Amino acid sequence: MRILLEREIDRLKKLILGMSAEVESEVHTACNALLQRDDKTAQALIDDVDKVDTMELDVEEECLKILALHQPVAADLRYIVSVMKINRDLERISDIAVHMAERTLKIFAEPDLLLPAQLSDMSVRVQAMLKKVLDAFVRLDVEAARNVCMADSEVDTLNREVLRQVKEGVLRKPEQFDALLQVMHVSRHLERIADHATNIAEDLIYMVEGRIVRHSPEVSDKG
Amino acid sequence: MTDNGQVKIRTERLNLHYGAFHALKDVDMAVPPRMITSIIGPSGCGKSTLLRCLNRMNDLIGTARVTGRILLDGKDILAGGTAMTSLRRRVGMVFQRPNPFPLSVFDNVSYGPRVHGELDRRRLAGIVESALRATGLWETLKDRLNEHALSLSPEQQQRLCISRLVAVEPEVLLMDEPCSALDPIATGHVEDLMKNLAQNYTIVIVTHNMQQAARVSDVTAFMYLGRLIESGPTKDIFVKPKEKQTEDYITGRFG
Ligand SMILES: Nc1ncnc2c1ncn2[C@@H]1O[C@H](COP(=O)(O)OP(=O)(O)OP(=O)(O)O)[C@@H](O)[C@H]1O
Ligand SMILES: [Mg+2]
Repeated sequence: MRILLEREIDRLKKLILGMSAEVESEVHTACNALLQRDDKTAQALIDDVDKVDTMELDVEEECLKILALHQPVAADLRYIVSVMKINRDLERISDIAVHMAERTLKIFAEPDLLLPAQLSDMSVRVQAMLKKVLDAFVRLDVEAARNVCMADSEVDTLNREVLRQVKEGVLRKPEQFDALLQVMHVSRHLERIADHATNIAEDLIYMVEGRIVRHSPEVSDKG
Repeated sequence: MTDNGQVKIRTERLNLHYGAFHALKDVDMAVPPRMITSIIGPSGCGKSTLLRCLNRMNDLIGTARVTGRILLDGKDILAGGTAMTSLRRRVGMVFQRPNPFPLSVFDNVSYGPRVHGELDRRRLAGIVESALRATGLWETLKDRLNEHALSLSPEQQQRLCISRLVAVEPEVLLMDEPCSALDPIATGHVEDLMKNLAQNYTIVIVTHNMQQAARVSDVTAFMYLGRLIESGPTKDIFVKPKEKQTEDYITGRFG
C-alpha cells in the first residue's frame, strides 16, 4: 500500500520538477528579452504559451488521483496539498512571464527609452528568489524558504523606486508616456513573481512543519 | 484534550498483565465527554484490552491483573467497593459481531431495564420505543417487535445491540470494531448513528479502519506495544502528528 503511494508521489515529484525548471527558464527568458532588447526571444515566449498550462493540468490531475485513490494523511497529505498550491503559483508565474514579454515588445516600440537601472537589479533578485525557493522545495530546506520570504521586501522597495522614476520620466518626456506605462507594468510583474515565490516558500514551510505561516509576522514584513 | 478540557474518563498509570505478559504499559488517557474517541494501532497493541478495562470486563479474564487508576467522572472504578452492575450499566460495550440475545426484538431491548428492576409493561414499551428511535430502528421495526432478533440484517442486529445498551441509559458506549462485520453502506449508517449518539453519550471506539477513525472521531489515540504513544484532536493526528511512530503508522510505513 505504502509502496504504491510512494510510486505515485515519485511520479508527481518528477512532474512538478519538470514544471519548475520550465517556469524558471521562462522567467529567465522574459528578463533577458527585456534587458537585452531582444524582441525575437520575447515573441518566442509569447508563442509558446500553452506549455506550462498543460503541465499544470497534468500535476493537478495527478494530485486529485492520489487524493482519491490513496487518501494520504500526515506528511503525505501535506505534500500533495502543497504541490497543488505550488502548481497554481508556478502557472501564474508562467502567465506573468508571458505578460512581461508582451509589455517588452511595446517598450521596444519606443527606441529612445532608457530603462530604469533598478529594473535589472530587480530581475536578478526575482530570478534568484525563484531559483532559491524551487531548490529549497527539492531539498525541503525550510531555512532557505524563510530567506526567500525575507527577500520579498527588497523587491517591493525596488518596485517603488521604479514607479518613482516612471513618474519623473512622464513629467520630463510626456511623449514616452505609453512606453513608460509598460515599464511600470513590467516592474509590477516582477514584483508579483516575487510574491508567488514567497507563497511557494510559505507552502514549503507548511509542508515540512505542518504550521501555516501565511499572514504571520515571522516571515512577512508586509504588515 | 478538548477545547474546554473536560474529561469523562481518565486512566492514570494504567498497567495490565495477562499472567507474565505486560499488555498495557503506563497508559495515561483522557476521554472527553459527549465526543467520539477512537483508539487505533497495529494488531495486538492492546486496544481491546484498554477498552475492556473501561468497564472492567477484564475482571472476567482470570489471568488479567490491573494496576493504576481509572477515573469515571473523577471516581476510581478500580477501587474496592465498585458496584459492577451499576458500572456496566453506566459504561456499556458493543462488540465486533452483533450479538443479540436469541429473543424477540422487544425482549432484547427491554432486557437491561428488566434486569435493573423495571417491570411495568407500559413503561418498558416506552423505553423500547425511545431506544429503537435513538438508533433509527423504530420506523422499520415498530410492527415487528415480536420478531426474532436473529432474523434481522447484520446492520439491524448491530443497531439493536446499541439500542439494548441505550435502553439502560448509559453514559459511555464502548465499541470494539463495531463495523467490521458490516458492508460499506451499513458501515456508513452506523457511523452516522454514532455521530448522533455522541450528542448524548461519550463514545470510545476501537477500529482497524483508519479512515473510519478519521471520519467519525473527535479525538484519536494511537497505541503501540501496550503504550499510548499519542492522543489528540483527530484532525491534528491525521494532518500533523507529533510522534514519528504515529506518523509512520498512519502513513503505512510500519513494520
Ligand atoms: N486473555 C488473554 N490472555 C493472554 N494474553 C492476551 C489475552 N488477551 C489479549 N492478550 C494479548 O495481549 C495483547 C493485546 O491484545 P488486544 O486484544 O488488546 O490487542 P488489540 O490491539 O485489540 O489487537 P487486535 O487489533 O488484533 O484486536 C496481545 O499480544 C494479545 O495476544
Ligand atoms: Mg482487538
